[in-house]
Amino acid sequence: MPVSKLMRIQDLKLHFRSAAGVVQAVDGVDLDLFYNDAIVILGESGCGKTSFARAILRLLPRNVEAYTGKVLMNGNDLMGLSDEAFRREVRWVKMSMVPQAAMNALNPVLRVGDQVSEPLIVHAGASRETALKSAREMFQRVGVPVDFMNRYAFELSGGMRQRVAIAMALVTVPELVILDEPTSALDVLTQANIFNLLKRIKQDFDMSFVLITHDIATSSELAERVAIMYAGQIVEVSDATRFFSAPLHPYSQKLMASVPRLRGNQELEFIPGNPPSLIGIGQGCRFAPRCEFRFEKCDQDPPVINREGRLVKCWLYAEG
Amino acid sequence: MIEAKSIPEMENNPASTMEIAPEKRNSALLVIENLHVWFELKRLGFVHAGYVRAVDGVSFELDRGDSLAIVGESGSGKSSLMKTILGLNQPVKGDIIFDGQRLSELGGSQLRHYRSKIGFVQQDPYSALPPFMNLRSILSEPLKINRVSNSEERIRRILKVMDEVRLTPAEDFIQKFPHMLSGGQQQRVVIARAMVMEPKLIVADEPVSMLDASVRVEILKLMGRLQESHNLAVIYITHDLSTVRYFSKRIFVMYAGKIIEMSPVDEILNNPSHPYTLALLAATSEPDARNAEKMREVPAGEPPSLVNPPTGCRFHPRCPRAIAGLCEVKDPPYFTVAPDHQVACWLFE
Repeated sequence: MPVSKLMRIQDLKLHFRSAAGVVQAVDGVDLDLFYNDAIVILGESGCGKTSFARAILRLLPRNVEAYTGKVLMNGNDLMGLSDEAFRREVRWVKMSMVPQAAMNALNPVLRVGDQVSEPLIVHAGASRETALKSAREMFQRVGVPVDFMNRYAFELSGGMRQRVAIAMALVTVPELVILDEPTSALDVLTQANIFNLLKRIKQDFDMSFVLITHDIATSSELAERVAIMYAGQIVEVSDATRFFSAPLHPYSQKLMASVPRLRGNQELEFIPGNPPSLIGIGQGCRFAPRCEFRFEKCDQDPPVINREGRLVKCWLYAEG
Repeated sequence: MIEAKSIPEMENNPASTMEIAPEKRNSALLVIENLHVWFELKRLGFVHAGYVRAVDGVSFELDRGDSLAIVGESGSGKSSLMKTILGLNQPVKGDIIFDGQRLSELGGSQLRHYRSKIGFVQQDPYSALPPFMNLRSILSEPLKINRVSNSEERIRRILKVMDEVRLTPAEDFIQKFPHMLSGGQQQRVVIARAMVMEPKLIVADEPVSMLDASVRVEILKLMGRLQESHNLAVIYITHDLSTVRYFSKRIFVMYAGKIIEMSPVDEILNNPSHPYTLALLAATSEPDARNAEKMREVPAGEPPSLVNPPTGCRFHPRCPRAIAGLCEVKDPPYFTVAPDHQVACWLFE
């Protein structure tokens, strides 16, 4: 288990303006990230997991209503930095991201070698020659033939493009890498290949990974810890071993029961109802309307309860 | 459309195809016989530059009420096969026999009747539904095309199918537009649209891959229920082995335009035979914390180009157990490893 803290996120909020009202996409998230950590943020579409990643990396759209809270990295509060200082000192230097559908997000008119070396030139101030040299090493590490550096994105297969996107996030050797659905558009064998690659990188580099996904089965390929997100909040944080064998929060339990298994004959379950709208969320537990264990207390906001080192935001585990 | 006899490459393409029993041609709902779907490649717009052999010698039969899953990666030809069954691609060789009638002999209104008996469930419900039509228009369109001119009759059938897919209360939903619905509800509309003509066969192309985990199960169960209550035949196209057994009795594994293994679901999960099937199963994750501690075994390389597929067995360049001197020379025929379990691999000769 990793021990010392790389990042402390406290009461992070990211709200957007929209025609229908304020969208509370990230609504009071507390989370600690450790050195050499691998945490999975699991949640269904619309739960705010991508907004959470963007809030950490401060990649914000224009319609931000509120962006508050504390993000402490190695003890320094990143929220206090100006946008320019954040861009210069933090983004891609200390943390980077493989965005969702990264394989389709590569620049079509730049050679992939130039694209991978660009963060070094822009953020780390390296010369073009040294940047290309590091990019070449990174291509070897992620398993893309070095002569592919002169190719354009459309000349590569989906799996190769995903590897290039990963190389781009790793080339500055940041302390934290956020992977947003890194394999969701890939075939099964390619998916397994990419996870093999990520496992190897995790052993080789001293990096922390945040993996954002809705795919419970493949998330276990990388997870040391699991955080479950529901309606803009984190409702459970646990180590992977205990989470995958016995999740605590009623929502997590339902999610696990909905995963189709290759073998065995257990009955699959689904969660009746829909997640709440993130506009104008009321008091109380946000999962309560769909929860089979609901009782009076659930009308009030549940506390985060520490249960043998696992965190769960649910009244069922409160004492007394 | 290209005529089979005009393709010289077809001559030296000895097909390792399954024999279809003659009595099956009449009794089965759908018979696919030695199907080849090739697309011509052209340079500069007119110079012939070869063929993409998307489907290359596929044969199988599907009985009424039966269900099968076609599993393969992108580029394996499963979508081309599906489109050919739906009558959207023309085969260059081979036959599709539906309900005793050859598809190639159908024309005009017969073809429309054929298409009305096959329902199609698309992968991404949001892009499969026209955003400017409400549910009433979306669901009446197939009825109008098939000349159900009485509007009361149309509404009666729409309400019935909406009830079957649990879009209830139907009166509330019928005026809604797709963007007002959740992903699961949108997929129900797609299923309702496929069901409204009371088809005998449903072709479902990755119907749950775009849905969230909790909704996915709901849709899988819905499709299973519909299949039973209407005695529907289902062809389920997917790359995800873990959802297959929830509504298919048989699995066909496709690789590079050919079916390389066909078997009942439980048999293939317990006794996978083709090295490619083994690789697919080994790469499929189940939620287990121990996954993070070990590497998965994945065959090297990527699926081959379908323009110049490898000689012999198409998997041999990636196969860890390829037999030198045999696998790269001769296309393997089907060998029977267990009842109803065939595999196209020389290891089982």
